[in-house]
Amino acid sequence: MWFPVSLNLKKPVNSKFTQQELPACKPILSPGWVITTFAFIGLIFIPVGLASLFASQRVVEIVDRYDVACVPEHLQDDKLAYIQNSTVDKTCTRKLKVPRLMRSPIFIYYELENFYQNHRRYVKSRSDKQLRSREGESDTESCSPEAKTSNGSVIVPCGLIAWSMFNDTYGFSINSKVLDVNKKDIAWNSDKYHKFGSDVYPKNFQSGPFIGGGKLNSSIPLSEQEDLIVWMRTAALPTFRKLYGKIEVDLEPNEEIMVTIHNNYNTYSFGGKKRLVLSTTSWIGGKNDFLGMAYLTFGGLSLLIAATFILIHLIRPRSLGDPSYLSWNKNPAGYSN
Amino acid sequence: MAFVRPLLDPSPRPPPVPGSLPPPSADLPRPIAEPPIGSDLSQNPFDSSSRLSNASARLRVDYNSGDRVLFPEPGSADSFRRVSGSRTAVRHGSGAESDRFGVASLREISDEDARFVYIGDPARTNERFQFTGNSIRTGKYSVFTFIPRNLFEQFHRVAYIYFLIIAILNQLPQLAVFSREASIMPLAFVLLVTAVKDGYEDWRRHRADRIENNRTAYVLSDGEFGPKLWKDVRVGEIIRVRSNESLPCDMVLLSTSDPTGVAYVQTINLDGESNLKTRYAKQETLSKVPEKDPVTGVIRCEQPNRNIYGFHANMDIQGKKVSLGASNIVLRGCEIKNTAWVVGVAVYAGRETKVMLNSSGAPSKRSRLETHMNRETMLLAFILVAMCSIVSIFAGIWLRNHKDELDYSPYFRKKDFSEKEEENYNYDGIGAEVAYRFLMSIIVFQIMIPISLYISMELVRLGQAYLMIQDRNLFDETTNSRLQCRALNINEDLGQIKYVFSDKTGTLTQNKMEFQCASISGVDYQAEMDPLSADHADCSVRVGDQFWRPKMRVNVNTDLVKLLRSGHGREERKYVYDFFLALSACNTIVPIVVDTADENSKLIDYQGESPDEQALVYAAAAYGFVLVERTSGHIVVDILGNRQRFDILGLHEFDSDRKRMSVIVGCPDKTVKLFVKGADNSMLGVLEESLDLDVVQATKNHLHAYSSLGLRTLVVGIRELTGGEFHEWKSSYERASTTLFGRSKALRLVASNVESHLHILGASGIEDKLQDGVPEAIESLREAGIKVWVLTGDKQETAISIGFSCKLLTTNMDQIVINSHSKEACRRSLEDAMAMSRKHLQMVHDAGRISLALIIDGTSLVHILENELEEELFKVATACDVVLCCRVAPLQKAGIVSLIKSRTEDMTLAIGDGANDVSMIQMADVGIGISGQEGRQAVMASDFAMGQFRFLVPLLLVHGHWNYQRMSYMIVYNFYRNAVFVFVLFWYILYTGFSLSTAITEWSSVLYSIIYTALPTIVVGILDKDLSRKTLLKYPQLYGAGQREEGYNLNVFLLTMVDTIWQSAAIYFIPYLAYRNSTVDGSSIGNIWTLGVVILVNVHLAMDLFRWTWISHVVIWGCIVATWICVIVIDSLPFLPGFWAIYHVMGTALFWLCLLGILVVGMIPRFALKSFRGYFFPSDIRIGRELEKAGGYYEAVAGSIEMRPVVGAGGARS
Repeated sequence: MWFPVSLNLKKPVNSKFTQQELPACKPILSPGWVITTFAFIGLIFIPVGLASLFASQRVVEIVDRYDVACVPEHLQDDKLAYIQNSTVDKTCTRKLKVPRLMRSPIFIYYELENFYQNHRRYVKSRSDKQLRSREGESDTESCSPEAKTSNGSVIVPCGLIAWSMFNDTYGFSINSKVLDVNKKDIAWNSDKYHKFGSDVYPKNFQSGPFIGGGKLNSSIPLSEQEDLIVWMRTAALPTFRKLYGKIEVDLEPNEEIMVTIHNNYNTYSFGGKKRLVLSTTSWIGGKNDFLGMAYLTFGGLSLLIAATFILIHLIRPRSLGDPSYLSWNKNPAGYSN
Repeated sequence: MAFVRPLLDPSPRPPPVPGSLPPPSADLPRPIAEPPIGSDLSQNPFDSSSRLSNASARLRVDYNSGDRVLFPEPGSADSFRRVSGSRTAVRHGSGAESDRFGVASLREISDEDARFVYIGDPARTNERFQFTGNSIRTGKYSVFTFIPRNLFEQFHRVAYIYFLIIAILNQLPQLAVFSREASIMPLAFVLLVTAVKDGYEDWRRHRADRIENNRTAYVLSDGEFGPKLWKDVRVGEIIRVRSNESLPCDMVLLSTSDPTGVAYVQTINLDGESNLKTRYAKQETLSKVPEKDPVTGVIRCEQPNRNIYGFHANMDIQGKKVSLGASNIVLRGCEIKNTAWVVGVAVYAGRETKVMLNSSGAPSKRSRLETHMNRETMLLAFILVAMCSIVSIFAGIWLRNHKDELDYSPYFRKKDFSEKEEENYNYDGIGAEVAYRFLMSIIVFQIMIPISLYISMELVRLGQAYLMIQDRNLFDETTNSRLQCRALNINEDLGQIKYVFSDKTGTLTQNKMEFQCASISGVDYQAEMDPLSADHADCSVRVGDQFWRPKMRVNVNTDLVKLLRSGHGREERKYVYDFFLALSACNTIVPIVVDTADENSKLIDYQGESPDEQALVYAAAAYGFVLVERTSGHIVVDILGNRQRFDILGLHEFDSDRKRMSVIVGCPDKTVKLFVKGADNSMLGVLEESLDLDVVQATKNHLHAYSSLGLRTLVVGIRELTGGEFHEWKSSYERASTTLFGRSKALRLVASNVESHLHILGASGIEDKLQDGVPEAIESLREAGIKVWVLTGDKQETAISIGFSCKLLTTNMDQIVINSHSKEACRRSLEDAMAMSRKHLQMVHDAGRISLALIIDGTSLVHILENELEEELFKVATACDVVLCCRVAPLQKAGIVSLIKSRTEDMTLAIGDGANDVSMIQMADVGIGISGQEGRQAVMASDFAMGQFRFLVPLLLVHGHWNYQRMSYMIVYNFYRNAVFVFVLFWYILYTGFSLSTAITEWSSVLYSIIYTALPTIVVGILDKDLSRKTLLKYPQLYGAGQREEGYNLNVFLLTMVDTIWQSAAIYFIPYLAYRNSTVDGSSIGNIWTLGVVILVNVHLAMDLFRWTWISHVVIWGCIVATWICVIVIDSLPFLPGFWAIYHVMGTALFWLCLLGILVVGMIPRFALKSFRGYFFPSDIRIGRELEKAGGYYEAVAGSIEMRPVVGAGGARS
């Protein structure tokens, strides 16, 4: 810091700011405040917790893990060989029972476990520029090792994320009557309209020697490839669900759903699990009791603290602002050492 | 560096500036007439001095015209010539080399150290040595060098290097955690801010330089003085400077408009002292007219150095060797006053001038808090390394466990098939991968080391300094000066002081000396207290049709006045006459005549470097011995209406060894008299006691009585010199003054030889009044648990008496006096003292305690500090409540400070006003200079400077407390704030295969400490107040919080870190568990974490805030809003992966429930602990806050409780 040599003969500015006398509220955590606050938290949290717990309980959710079950018995020892063998028919049927009335829309999710869609290597391996418009097609720098084919032409969409697109398919029927699966509008509109170009068509996709997952119809622009768009919005956690489609009829209790699964997607190479999830929804989202429980717990804790405070306050009261509590008044010699 | 400075030779006091009146005060003697406030010399002090020169010129004309000359014997000058050979050969002051600060002047110059300056021949001067030109450049940069140099300088800071290394690491492709733009952002931000600040300051300096360099000087060339720009002036050139002009460079005086070669300079720009100083041209050169008769010669002078009070050179002129000293040089930055013109030769120019060499900034110290902070920073660095190790080791284990899968696993894909040959893609084996992860995690977790804290601290200290400077309670109305913060990095140390070492004169006292009493020839005369009873009319002097009066009124003793005026023939009158003659002659005071509003009346202002001398001359004037004129060769004294001229044949200046000064005066009656005045112990040794035993004894008694009253005493002696003695003295004096080696020593010897066998004339008692509010201030400081030590050069009796009057000592204290003259005696005294203090300590346990005071003198200190008795002294001194050291030399003051500093962790503060306090001010942790009467050397060496001692109370108890509390909270908070963010990142990384992904966008990571959370801590660090000024002054004990380091210590840090982990867990795991098994994408949950962490840390700050002003509301809530806006903006950019995520997530109830949950769950432990502690185990600060809230209720009710209602003086004044 450099200051000119001066005598500073100026008179200080007499304002509330410079004299540090700005009007201020000086809250003190008095027992009243503390008890009120904790009681208030408790009184807010417990109803909210109950409400979310109730909402969560009302959600009907059918979860079916099929990655093991869908491999024929004699191939269980080498699932990898099974999934990589393109000549084997990978169709598999599962029966699911509806526990309670499921009101439409019923969301169909696939759930992958142990798939690190948040892995740094994976997350970076995409080109948003390329996805957005035809001009950015050659922008594949960040897409390695799925940037270009071996003869040097660009892959659209490039990168590991697109390359590893999920490609199991599900068909549903109840009593041989096929349930329609609506696969429209499963992706965010913002993605469809702004992130994925309507003039960008798949090119050289999955043409390499090693196929990572689903293929794309190269005559449909990316903005309409909703499965890809959903897949490209990478999940936050290693276990995640992605929206597959919607069933837009109510399912009655104890109905049995026949699911025809084309078990194409290879999770066996890394020990991943696949699940099919049918779920209704509520204002809190899917079925998750955690938030309700957490709110109840901490609401209860707050009430407990408030009660403890009241109790101790009654047993050992202290009047606020009593100078006799000042350390030097308690111990007169104390201050001078 | 240590300055040895005489105790009784304090530096000068500034004369009141015309236009600003001294404040009316009942205690102070009023000037006889107010300085004129006419339009003609309204605000400009220089106008008046030009008048001064006219006035003195008129006076001189008066003498020369003979009309009013009142010399009784016109031939006296001739008769003296007979006695002394050449009257002018012995000159006032110029011979008696001033070696006041004479470390530099003690050493002689050897040829290789010397610089040769050929007078009037700059070409030859600069031939061999290329001396710097006179242009100055305080600006550091030019347009072209600004960027490289500024960057180079900025990277001297460790913090920036850290940023740089992180940014460079990030540029390596394997380690690219952040995008290039984001990674450079933090560094670029701080560099830019600093560069703009530096650039602006430099631009201002350039502008000032340009103005300075283009001023005009008059330089001799071809026989006449012609204008030349300052920047073109060269060493060796002869320059003429007129009255009121500034000096362009350091010059040796050759001649002046005064026939005796005197020049007056004002050094206010150099050292801030506003009184006029006298400088002299050498006899050998002053008669030459440079235009016609060029001086030729060579000056050998020392190399440029910073000592503005010393100069050492000699001049070869016409084959004669003449020595030059500090009194022969005028320095750049000063102004010529009261002298029509001076001619000098430039010896130092440009950046080699003393003012430029002294223009370095304030001292750089590091605060205690910052030192402690470094300890915790190391701890954080350790945690950082531990976290990075965990991440990299787990990453290694993860890679090994998944070794077989990784080649083909869709989310890792080790193999690259795009080429013909399958090869590893971006994978260099587990070992390398682990190393990369380690470095990458350092990049990701970089803000664990709170680099931004260092920058915030600088800003906060700047703000705190601004508020301290602006505090009206620290503004001194009398000197019109406000607090100066010279050291900017120790604001918070003011809140932790345990020891205050104070000077006495000028610090506790006003250093406004007032003549109170005199003992003349064994008779005690006390001045009457009532100024009305004394008759002042007679002390004015008639000059022409004008009346000149001394500026200061002095109370006189009526008997004494009567004796002088009408007691002719009485024997004691002779002594009294000589006594007052000695007072008016034996000094270095210069009378300056000042105009008043009334045409016919003028004021005589006695200017000089010593307030004691001023007081004595004013006293003499009050008794009718008015010093009217002083030149180097003579003085004119108006003695009881009768103007007489005395020749000053020799003058031995004051030095700290002899502790006395003397003049040799040729009187009108052709006698030669030696007047000596000095400290009593030095004077009593040189008195001829056998001559007047009774008088000496009586004077001794009086001296004792005076000093018991707290008066400063001086003893005056006289001896009449016979012709032989005078000749002997004169020849040895001349020999000594032309000695080249050890001149000052030789001069001192000459002085000591002549100053012997004196008759005692008497002694004077001068009162130095206590400053306002000193007793109350000391009382407050002691209640605050601060030990006040007074270190003074005064006598023991004076010191004790002052001690009582400033309430440092009280009657119910036990005094331990150590006053020994040998090592053994000291040891014994210390042992006794130890026993006594132990006894006292035991009494503490029994019942009420009697305070102990230790009084120790300088001689004992010498023995103790030299003889390994320090430890004992330390024990005794720390057991005592009050320590009073008297008769201490400047270096001993520093020794005492270091005695405490080296043995305890306690913070020390030294406060003083004079050059003799400089060493102690520099030694102490915090040095405070009083910018009062004694010049500005103490101020220049200090960290803080202020006008009054009593300001120490608000400075420490209020600002110190606030600053400490603010800064300590800010440090803890910044550690917490950064750590909580890092921990949130860390938890996530555990769920990403240790791959260092972050759900929080890189831009949010970068902006976190720049925008999201930066401003509130800075504002709180500057503005928050835990307690009001009133409370802090009322209960000084509250200061103890800082002394006990309650605000910041390892426990506070560790507790905060535990809380940090809890809060980060709440931030991370609530959304994690709530969104487990859902479709949530990384960007959406990342937004929740970003907002969660920002809201939580800001609410955390809000909860700890003491005072909610509108500013705090704006910054805290503003920061949360700003963060929200930033998050929305980031998510509105389509090229970022998180596009639109915030809009989606904000539309769900889960999002809001998560944020609320984070907030409450995160804060519950802290809030609960804070509430419980505050209520059931309240700290003093908490009680103080409750008291503020409760108002005066308890004060009215609880009468039985000792309230100690001390409101610091100056506290509630605005």
